[in-house]
Order: sequence, then C-alpha cells, then structure tokens
Amino acid sequence: MRTKSILAGVSTLLISSSLIFAGTVSGKVTFTGTPAKPKTIDMSKEPSCAKQHATPLTTESVVTGPNNGLENVVVYVSSGAPDDGQVPAQAVTYEQKGCQYLPHVLPMHVNQELKITNSDQTSHNIHPLAKVNREWNKSQPPGTPPISEKYEKPEFISVKCNVHPWMHGVFAVMSTNHYDLSKGGGAFKLPNLPPGKYTITAWHEDYGTQTADVTITGNETKDVDFTFKAKAY
Amino acid sequence: MARTAQRLSFVGMLIVAVASSLCAQEAHVGNLTGHAADGKKLYRRFCIGCHGERGDGAGDNAPFLDPKPRDFTAATFKCRSTLTGNLPTDEDLYKSVGRGFNTSAMPSWAPLTAQTKIDLVAYIKSFSPRWHDEKPADVLKIPAETPVTIESISHGGELFQKLECWKCHGQEGRGDGPSASTLTDSKDQPIRPYNFTGGGRFKCGAENEDLYRIFMTGVDGTPMPSFNDVIQPVDAWDLVHYLRTLQKTRKSKENEVLKAAGGKLLPPKPEEKKPEEPAKEPDNKGAGNGRK
Repeated sequence: MRTKSILAGVSTLLISSSLIFAGTVSGKVTFTGTPAKPKTIDMSKEPSCAKQHATPLTTESVVTGPNNGLENVVVYVSSGAPDDGQVPAQAVTYEQKGCQYLPHVLPMHVNQELKITNSDQTSHNIHPLAKVNREWNKSQPPGTPPISEKYEKPEFISVKCNVHPWMHGVFAVMSTNHYDLSKGGGAFKLPNLPPGKYTITAWHEDYGTQTADVTITGNETKDVDFTFKAKAY
Repeated sequence: MARTAQRLSFVGMLIVAVASSLCAQEAHVGNLTGHAADGKKLYRRFCIGCHGERGDGAGDNAPFLDPKPRDFTAATFKCRSTLTGNLPTDEDLYKSVGRGFNTSAMPSWAPLTAQTKIDLVAYIKSFSPRWHDEKPADVLKIPAETPVTIESISHGGELFQKLECWKCHGQEGRGDGPSASTLTDSKDQPIRPYNFTGGGRFKCGAENEDLYRIFMTGVDGTPMPSFNDVIQPVDAWDLVHYLRTLQKTRKSKENEVLKAAGGKLLPPKPEEKKPEEPAKEPDNKGAGNGRK
C-alpha cells in the first residue's frame, strides 16, 4: 500500500516536473563584415504600386538592424523538439501589398493553413518555387478571395511573382512549432522548451545556416547567439 | 562459408526484387500498358542525349539548348490535364511525347510505335518518387465549348484586359508585354511568353480545348499561372475565342466571326452591380465581385 502511494507520488512529480520546467533559448543574430548595400527597387512599370511608396523600397534579402543585428533569420529547433506533428489551427497570412510581400519571410508549420491575399489594384501571380513540396502557380487578380494552401513537407521555399520581378519572399515550412523570426537588433526567443538536448538552427536566405547545441535542465534561459559572415555582393 | 555466401546473395536478390517491384512503374493509356523496364533501353536510345542519364535534363546536348530539357526528377510538367501543382496523367505524358514541344528542341516522337511511347512514359515516371507518394490528381473538367460569337470574342477581350494577360503577352499578344523581358522559368532561365501573332501551335496542343486547358491548369515550371480559381468555365471559353483572334494570320472560325463583325469588338457592357444575385449567369469579371 505504502509503495503504491509512493510510486504514484513519484510518477506525478515526474510528469508534473516536465510541465513545470520549461526553459527558454534566446539570443541575438548578428553579422560581421559589410553586407552588400540593398538595391533600390524600380516600380515604375507598376504605377499603382509605385505611388504607394513615398520612398522607393529596397531589396529585402538582407535586412540589418542596430548593433549589427540581422533580421528575418528563421531560428528553430531542428532536433529534440517535443511537439512535432501539432498543426496550429490558425492560418498564417501572406499579403501582397504595394507590390511587396508582407512579411518577407513567413514561417509556418507543416500542413498549417496559408492564406494569401492581394491588397493591390494589380494582378499578381503567386509562384512559390518549391522543390520538395509541389510547385504551383496561381493568378490572383485584385478583389479575388484569398488563396488557401498548405505544404506537407518542411522546406524553405522561395516565392516570386512573375509579373513583378522584384517581388521576392520566403515560406519557411517547419516541422516544429518552436521557431522564431529574428527582429529588431536580431533578437529571437524560443520559449516553452522542456528539459532536454536541442539543436537550434538559424537560417538566413543569403548567408546560409548555422547550428548550435543547447541543453535545458529546468526553467533557465539559455543564451545562444549566432553570427553570420556578411557577403559583399 | 559458401553456404553463408549463398544465403546472403539470396537475401540480397530478394531485397532487390522486392525493391524493384515496389518501384516498378507502369503507364496506362487506353488499352496500352507500358513498363519502365522496357522503357529504360528505349530512353537510352531516344531521350538520354538531352534529358540525361539521371533524367534531370542535364544531358550532353543540354548546354546548347534553350529552353532546357525537362528535368524529370522535379516532376513538374508544363502540359497537364490536372490542376497546377499536380502530376500529369499518363495520357498527358504520352501525348507530350507524341506531340513534341513547339519552339523547343523536343521533337514530335509520333513515328515511334504506341508501345514504345507508353514504355517511355513508364520509365520517365521512375525518375521521381512523387509518382509513388502522391495520389493521382483530379483532372480538370472541361465543359462543352460555347458558340463562337462576336459577343463571346468581345467578352474574352474584356477578360484579357481585366486579368492582365497583356502584362506578359502584350496588348496584341506578341509576347512583348511590360513584364515579358524579365520573365524567368522555375530554374531561373529566361523565358518568353507565347506570341499569338505568330500563329504557331501552343506548347500543349493546337485545339481550342488545349488552349482552354493551358490557362486553366497553368504551365507549371514557367511564369504562366493557373486561372482556374478566377475564371468561370463559360468565361474561359470566351477568352479562348478572343485569343484565337490574336492569331491574326491563322484561319479560324473566330477570325471569320470577327471579320464578319467588321473586325471590331463590341464595346464592354456597363457593369450592373447585383450583389445578391446567385451566380447562374457567369459573374464574368474574373476580378471577383464578392463571389466566394
């Protein structure tokens, strides 16, 4: 009798400890060296978009922040994540506005609904150049309902519009919900990680991929920073 | 020692047999059945020079060709009867092999026998695991063609403007639209839009139904998108009829009808906003007006 209740007590403690103890991995993504200067985008071929930008847009493949911060880096748990397979019910949205993709990099979970909207007065064609997932290409005239799609396999997919060649974006299809996009000074945060060993991967569309291993033992916040070498071109 | 070796080789053979039977591709068109194993030697004879040993479009001839040969490992195909992003049917591939691709180095293989072509199709399917993993896709339903009238042609002209086809194809369909010079295909190779004024055969066929299928399923791997979600079938036929009139030197019913109407399109009808009306009559303006 006593052993049973002790066992029950211990097992409850163990289970609840995994719920109580959840650590965080946070840090900064920065760059060294001098990044290539972003190029100005000429939208004169699409006046309805050009007039939406008082100052012309610049290319977004490298977006930097204060203190050499690097933005739009997808930071995610590439191994050890406990929740693979849980598809969030809410859709993520990708907007075409002012002939620009908002956001430039859109992370989503495998099989999560992706809603694509066109807020412009011009037609766009939405052409994600998937290589692992299916490649499709759909026209989306102004005023038409959002396009609803989803991707079945993890992949970083380059997205373009053929009509407006300057438009470029990325779908980051993840097999985990533990991801973040670096913003501001390159800051990112991955909370709710139960105790365990994890590999954190940081992906930048131009500067490549970096990984770091981290172990969470309890409630702590582990600091993990990534530094990418900027390319001059 | 010998016994173990025998056993091992037997197991080895079993594994190979199982694996190859799992991956043994077949193709079916009508009564024809093709087998990948038979297609392999035919591929080496007819296809490998351009499409390459690995089926990835990197054959010896490829550096000299534009457009580049199809990469079968990507399993993205231009001419399908299935919706964008889907695999083609066996019949789509069979027809493509027989028809060839106009304005490219892919010749018409019509002189080959039906069995040879279907065997080749089966072998082509072995280059990508997608034919294992994916269920066969739904084929686009094409309703009967509507009559060729000046109203149909004129309405097609309105769609050509509204859907902004001219951005790539140009106002006269010459392939000289504002976006034409910057177009690239999915492998970043420069590519030009179809030039209607040349009157040549479309990539995926010569008939009205082929043209219908082209813009409804999209030409995968190229900038040409699918309009299936934004055009009603009746409107799609109107667009087909209008596009035929862009082929100015080609003899066609559409050109006759246009000529009989004095060579001019009818002016666009004033838009009647009836938001509550169920879309029995095609809600023509492909730029949806509240339709779900």
